[in-house]
Amino acid sequence: MTTSWIIQATDFLAAFLFIYGLKRMSSPVTARSGIRVAGYGMLLAMLAGFLYVFGVGPEAQPHLTMNFALTVGALFIGIGWAWRGGKKVALTDMPQMVALYNGMGGGAAGAIAAVELLGGKADNAVHLAVTLVGAVIGSVSFSGSLIAWAKLDGRINKPWRVNGQHIYNAIVLLITLALGIAVAVGVPGVPTNVLIAIFFGIALIYGVMATMPIGGADMPVVISLYNALTGLAVGLDGFILQNPALMIAGMVVGSAGTLLTLLMAKAMNRSVANVLFSNFGDVSIESEGEIAGSMKAVEASDAAVAMRYAGKVIIVPGYGLAAAQAQQKLYEFVKTLQAAGVEVKFAIHPVAGRMPGHMDVLLAEAGVPYDLIAELDEVNDEFKGTDVALVIGANDVVNPAARTDKSSPIYGMPILNVDYANQVYVLKRGKGKGYAGVENALFYADNTGMVYGDARETLVKMIAAVKDLGGDAAA
Amino acid sequence: MTVETGIVGFVALYIFMLAAFTGYEVIGRVPAILHTPLMSGSNFVHGIVVVGAMYALLNASTTPEQVVGVIGVFLGAANVAGGYVVTERMLDMFKSSNPARK
Repeated sequence: MTTSWIIQATDFLAAFLFIYGLKRMSSPVTARSGIRVAGYGMLLAMLAGFLYVFGVGPEAQPHLTMNFALTVGALFIGIGWAWRGGKKVALTDMPQMVALYNGMGGGAAGAIAAVELLGGKADNAVHLAVTLVGAVIGSVSFSGSLIAWAKLDGRINKPWRVNGQHIYNAIVLLITLALGIAVAVGVPGVPTNVLIAIFFGIALIYGVMATMPIGGADMPVVISLYNALTGLAVGLDGFILQNPALMIAGMVVGSAGTLLTLLMAKAMNRSVANVLFSNFGDVSIESEGEIAGSMKAVEASDAAVAMRYAGKVIIVPGYGLAAAQAQQKLYEFVKTLQAAGVEVKFAIHPVAGRMPGHMDVLLAEAGVPYDLIAELDEVNDEFKGTDVALVIGANDVVNPAARTDKSSPIYGMPILNVDYANQVYVLKRGKGKGYAGVENALFYADNTGMVYGDARETLVKMIAAVKDLGGDAAA
Repeated sequence: MTVETGIVGFVALYIFMLAAFTGYEVIGRVPAILHTPLMSGSNFVHGIVVVGAMYALLNASTTPEQVVGVIGVFLGAANVAGGYVVTERMLDMFKSSNPARK
């Protein structure tokens, strides 16, 4: 009795700490303490989890020593492996790590449902139905997140799809549901464990098939969706296990993740259904595609000097900045401009990069103070009076076609109005690299100069060019 | 002393509903600058699934249950540890040029 009371009190405290931690994470000032608060909650809940040892049922008693050893071993390996992986990975690779660890959570949720099904522990219809739903959601989130991880990590480069894929996907989903019912009612002559194994296998295949056709640029929305789904599966598992901490934490993440998914899809001016089923996402948001034509190439040093003598510069970073690992050099360049009295701001499009806020993290890594960073709504009216807009490795998020060209696939998406600035410089990797994206009229505009080359090397040249001009010559 | 701990029927639905609104409200006021760390942070929070996996494994009584249980605890533990490290590393980089402002 005492141990069960301790477990419940700890879980209650953990649930409080999770919500309070998330709340603190919602402001940049308190965010760092927020994750620690949630971390303490997790530590407490996990330590209390060992008290389950004192409450195991009679049929599991003979296996207790073995189970305890397995639990400790699996915890040790899982934590050690992920801790090392999370510490080692470069900050630009964070989005795929979120996808990976999210998939792990989904897999764990699916595994819990599997154990309950294998042990025949769901004793009434509601319990059984919730277990089956949790199993499907957890499994789909697991395999889907792993595909998202592979895509972001560059292990799968092309969307993979066949004609009529929606129909095949729908069929696979229906088979999954049918197998779920088969598991529930039983099929004469087929062992239940075999049915359960097939059921999970098909659910995992569905996750792969649903994610494969979606292009890399849409992965942020997909990861956010799977994050929400994992939360939902965890919440349902909490109901199965009668654990309110899981129910609350899972459902909080489920709804928060859903909201985040909707916000992201809205920023791209698309519905979530459109992202999942229309498959145009391979027209990359930050495509490296190059269009042959009359774009004006500009030397890095000329562009740098122009910015040195400008009154105000707004910088628009995109995925290219992350790909070139140029964030440190960029901030160094910004500091030389600031030293020369130029007002510098960063404008971040909601879907720049691979995840919402990806650019913010990247700039934060370089040490850029967050009050220099402005969001689309705050900054969009400022471009008109700005001397120079510097676009680094961003493409579709600054494409004026989204405002004017109804035939463009990105028509209607809110963009940063960099073309209203007096002068625009665009840093791009060399011509003919990567795959072709949507044509960008900005690159052909009269007030646009293209600076070709690796963003990092270009910025090094720019820093040198500004320094050559000498200290604080009046503009 | 026996405490009735079953969470059934409408009580479960109440918990789910209130938790859903809580999540919605907490995230609703987050600036875009924190979206990625927050996605990562909520990813960490659903790592609580590891506790459920521990319960399932400790109560396993057959080999298939043990095998799946071990997979569950391993995956859940990775979710917790990875989610925490990644989120903390991201948030550690946030700082203001002038903390007094804003």
